[in-house]
Amino acid sequence: MSLTENMSPGLALGIHRTMVRIRVFESRVEELFKAGKLPGFVHTYIGQEAIAAGVCAALDRNDYITSTHRGHGHAIAKGMELGPIMAELYGKATGACRGRGGSMHVADFSVGMLGANGIVAGGLGIAAGAALSARYRGTHQVAVGFFGDGGINKGTFHEALNFAATHRLGVVFVCENNQYAQFTSRLRTTSVEDLSVRASAYGIPGITVDGNDAAATYREALEAVGRARDGGGPTLLNMETYRFGGHYVGDAEVYRASAEVEARRQADPILRWERTLTDEALMTAGLGEAVWAEAADEVSAAVRFAEESPHPDGGTALENVFTQVC
Amino acid sequence: MRRMSFGQATVDAMRSAMREDDRVVVLGEDISWGGNFGQFRGLLDEFGPDRVIDMPISEAIIMAVTVGAAVTGLRPVASMSFVEFTLGAMDEIVNQAAKFRYMFGGQVSVPLVLRASDGVLRSSAGQHSSSLEGLFTHLPGLKVVAPSNPADARGLLRAAIADDDPVVYLENKRITAKRGPVPAGDHVVPLGSAAVRREGSDLTIVTYSVMTLHAEKACSSLAEMGIEAELIDLRSLVPLDLDTVLSSVARTGRVVVAHEAWEFGGFGAEVVSAITGQAFDRLRAAPVRVGAAQAPIPFSPPLERAVVPGSDELVAAAREVMGLT
Ligand SMILES: Cc1ncc(C[n+]2csc(CCOP(=O)(O)OP(=O)(O)O)c2C)c(N)n1
Ligand SMILES: [Mg+2]
Repeated sequence: MSLTENMSPGLALGIHRTMVRIRVFESRVEELFKAGKLPGFVHTYIGQEAIAAGVCAALDRNDYITSTHRGHGHAIAKGMELGPIMAELYGKATGACRGRGGSMHVADFSVGMLGANGIVAGGLGIAAGAALSARYRGTHQVAVGFFGDGGINKGTFHEALNFAATHRLGVVFVCENNQYAQFTSRLRTTSVEDLSVRASAYGIPGITVDGNDAAATYREALEAVGRARDGGGPTLLNMETYRFGGHYVGDAEVYRASAEVEARRQADPILRWERTLTDEALMTAGLGEAVWAEAADEVSAAVRFAEESPHPDGGTALENVFTQVC
Repeated sequence: MRRMSFGQATVDAMRSAMREDDRVVVLGEDISWGGNFGQFRGLLDEFGPDRVIDMPISEAIIMAVTVGAAVTGLRPVASMSFVEFTLGAMDEIVNQAAKFRYMFGGQVSVPLVLRASDGVLRSSAGQHSSSLEGLFTHLPGLKVVAPSNPADARGLLRAAIADDDPVVYLENKRITAKRGPVPAGDHVVPLGSAAVRREGSDLTIVTYSVMTLHAEKACSSLAEMGIEAELIDLRSLVPLDLDTVLSSVARTGRVVVAHEAWEFGGFGAEVVSAITGQAFDRLRAAPVRVGAAQAPIPFSPPLERAVVPGSDELVAAAREVMGLT
């Protein structure tokens, strides 16, 4: 069976392009942060690209996502432009949130990206609320709530699944199971080995997916999104993956062996997808290189845009606390 | 005297408490790796996983388990790395920990410590920069401390663990890495005792936590202008050492009350209200408050600076209360 069977060549290549854009963006973010150009702190998405790219490829532009502290990849995959994301990371006035939010709070409501979130599992109930609203408004929009293996122990995860399941809401809960929550292995804090079984407590489908296989993330997301859109209720997808970098840029990573990281890097989701596309004659070496080169140019342009943009004026700090200054 | 950072002071206080009393346990996320700021590093090796307990990311369960353990014979210390995460455990803090003793007619005490890091550190943005002591001080049944130096950190944490009531220990992130002298031995700072950091006769500055350091700087600038400020570091907000404040204000007649938390509805309003109520006839000018402007803490550095007060705002407030503006 062809791995790309359920995809058009354009879609297969589009997923590749999204993954590459995320990888190049995040690699540049890492460099910029280390060079002291970005305030605050950053969590990169490197190694998990097949999840955001595959899941968002199964969504329409007006569908919703809620994201996490590790949200740049979701923002890119959902269709945000790189310039405003980068400018936000720089704290510039042209940033997606006018410099108010920074890395952990990137958002663009015009493409259904309801926000990266600094509170673990903070987006899951909000995704359920967006799905409730979509049903009420009769729009057939679906909401995806991204979260991590650490977030799966928050009460809000359980409460959101119960509510969404009870009302058969159009939500897909996507757990990006990268094995660690900050410094702690999930095995130390979580009662079950296979996180997908938690779905059974709420009577909804729970599926474990190879999160580094773009064909699989897309296929399972497509099915879950279809079910969500057709009134079949929520799904829990446990997407197994690994973050290649530390929890944040600068993390000394004392909690995991470098041999483990090396071994996991062998399953690089982008290289793997490139092999698949090459094997199935959808991609030539030249085409692949062009995608990387284009992404590098696009990210450089985003950096230039961010660097040339002004900082927000301190005098505007009290804008937007309320709809009108009061 | 030894020199240590706030983080080392925490480890030191924890170690003393845990050696002395095997009912003391510590619970939190990433705790066996030393916690987010390394403030529990090494405890696992000495005390083992029965007393240094890795918790899932569920602040509600951290706090609920802490309350349950505290009312049945343990003396747990719960760690929440950023104070915003306590918001996921507000029921357990407000409805359970704070009320158990009173509601159940004094049958039981709730000897727990809730430790959290607060305040602004280099653009941590809206959900990782707040100072929420005003939420906790508002609640009967909770004690609240906020040290400004490693010696007090060590001493207050030690006193908090020994105390039979729930104590919220708040440590500002900006000063956590700072080092300072700590008296040798088992140094304890009793709850409810303020410290006079600097004597002066022109005005009194009342503050705590990181703002004490801003105030020390402001006092030097003021001295160059010929203004001698007395600086009081409250250290403990509940119980509050009002006597030290009132006796200073009785001498100076002028007072600035400052904190990094939002000014509107902040703890400073309570202090000013107590001063005006109890020393009205001693005041020579209306008290002035300093606190953050009324906005979530923004990410971008120029915005952050516009919202969060520092020594410049303290100097301006002192000049205002001196009638110099
Ligand atoms: C409510 C809450 N508790 C704790 C934290 C601190 N924190 C930030 S990220 C993180 C780990 C999250 O792990 P996981 O959900 O697996 O996501 P990952 O970082 O692996 O992508 C923790 C504990 C937080 N941001 N919010
Ligand atoms: Mg994780």
